Amino acid sequence: MPILSVNKLSKSFGGLMAVSNVSMELEQGELVGLIGPNGAGKTTVFNLLTGMYQPTSGIITLYRDQKEEQIQGLKPYTICKKGIARTFQNIRLFRDLTVLDNVRIAMNKNVKYGLLSSFFHSRSYSDEEKEMLDNSIHLLEILKLDHKKDELAKNLPYGEQRQLEIIRALATNPCILLLDEPAAGMNPAETAQLTEMIGWIRENFKLTILLIEHDMSLVMKICERIYVLDYGMVIAEGTPAEIKSNKRVIEAYLGEEM
Amino acid sequence: MVKNIVNASGNSKWLSLAGKWITLLLTLVIVQVLISANIINDYIFSTLVTIGVNIILAVSLNLITGFTGQFSLGHAGFMSIGAYTCAIITLRYSTVFGFVGGVIAGAVFAAIVGFFVGLPTLRLKGDYLAIATIGMAEIIKILFRNVLEDITNGAAGLSEIPQFNNWIWLFVFTAGTVILISNFIKSSHGRACISIREDEIAAEAMGISSTKYKVIAFVTGAFFAGIAGALYSSYFYYISPDLFGFQKSIDILVIVVLGGMGSISGSIISAILLALISTYLQSFPELKMIIYGVLLVVIMQFRPQGIMGSKELSLSLLKKWTEGIKGRNGGAA
Repeated sequence: MPILSVNKLSKSFGGLMAVSNVSMELEQGELVGLIGPNGAGKTTVFNLLTGMYQPTSGIITLYRDQKEEQIQGLKPYTICKKGIARTFQNIRLFRDLTVLDNVRIAMNKNVKYGLLSSFFHSRSYSDEEKEMLDNSIHLLEILKLDHKKDELAKNLPYGEQRQLEIIRALATNPCILLLDEPAAGMNPAETAQLTEMIGWIRENFKLTILLIEHDMSLVMKICERIYVLDYGMVIAEGTPAEIKSNKRVIEAYLGEEM
Repeated sequence: MVKNIVNASGNSKWLSLAGKWITLLLTLVIVQVLISANIINDYIFSTLVTIGVNIILAVSLNLITGFTGQFSLGHAGFMSIGAYTCAIITLRYSTVFGFVGGVIAGAVFAAIVGFFVGLPTLRLKGDYLAIATIGMAEIIKILFRNVLEDITNGAAGLSEIPQFNNWIWLFVFTAGTVILISNFIKSSHGRACISIREDEIAAEAMGISSTKYKVIAFVTGAFFAGIAGALYSSYFYYISPDLFGFQKSIDILVIVVLGGMGSISGSIISAILLALISTYLQSFPELKMIIYGVLLVVIMQFRPQGIMGSKELSLSLLKKWTEGIKGRNGGAA
């Protein structure tokens, strides 16, 4: 059963086709990789899926709770509320806030108490705030960052900042998680740890994950299926083994044989 | 064991809450007694009114500029709406009910204007928003001066406004504003506002509608600025459009920046400090603005983040400071 299907998605900036006619399908619970050379349009695809950019044409359909819904062109916060969460290639944490606040802010969309409650700290305020605090701490505990909950996000080491970004995305309670180069700038040991964490999250949170990555050790190890983009087009799709031996992929990465 | 700790923290929470209310009540009563005994004379009391009004203005602008990160230079415009509304109402209905109704009506009017101004302009960012808000305040000023002349008496302004504002009203509204806005900041909606200041794109990606929360902050700020204006007009007898010009908006911004963007206690401290300095320098009128200016330059030079930065004054912070001073002294010995 698909959870997200993308049909002939295109985006042009002036005369440049950054993404053209990209079609892809994510099955419920799958872990899919999106790879391609620099400038192939991977992050643009993410920005289209999350509403940061408006597509020039094409349809994105989300299947959730037995409903299908077209989500192309919606605002980022609406798409997040519908269950697609993301991380950013160049980390975008709330740097001057604590780890705990970073996580709590991501839970804002579930808040039911109104503005008046927040001014007067009514009973529903205290109940929901307590629940939110407990949930945040629980989330930080299971992903092993609770000992840093009162640190400012900017003071975390690089690897933990990446980890916090993933935790923050999980706090929005998504059904699809988009990870934009989660291993960028990490050393091999950190990458191995991250690989394990992504697998664990997917098992325990019953998530569908789409991941952009340059680190082939990570992609080949955990992805079940891979889409390869080049010049904004999907040039190959298949299992890691198929992709490794695909002629067009090798050409795209290494250049044609003379 | 765990249960005990939870209970203890629950108790200390209640204690600190009770402590706060007792402090507030004591301040209210002591100052009232001093006023009755004429130790606080009219001159000192007018400084107190200025301080109270400035605290409300600074804390409400801080919500917009310091916490939500939207640079607004039109706060005096909202203040003038509150001032005129309350003055016009109390000139017709010169009773306490007229006054309270005037304060509330002024605040609501300011909030409504804030909503309709905020909805289109808050899509602008940084400098552009600042310029749009200057324009908004100028329009309001001209409305009061030229367009609504029949009820506002134009450039000559309104005089002989009945004086209902006294220490108790001033204190209730000032403390109320501070408490309500600090409560808001500590709620999930408040954190959503702060996240927009930190990183608007990331906030949107986390499900936070930035337009919604910017408008909420703007409307709330305008509401309380309206209260400040009403309290002002109900004490100082006289208002005119020129009192609420660009200069006034800048004065409010100076209090916020000096106290620290994103610190409510900073805004309070700097509102008090600036009022005291300006009262103290009253006897040297020619030097007053020079000293005031030099002071601002010096403080910004050595503490660009403002007096408090984005921290709040609290017991634990005080403890840290005194420990720091002790530690330094110990090192010297």
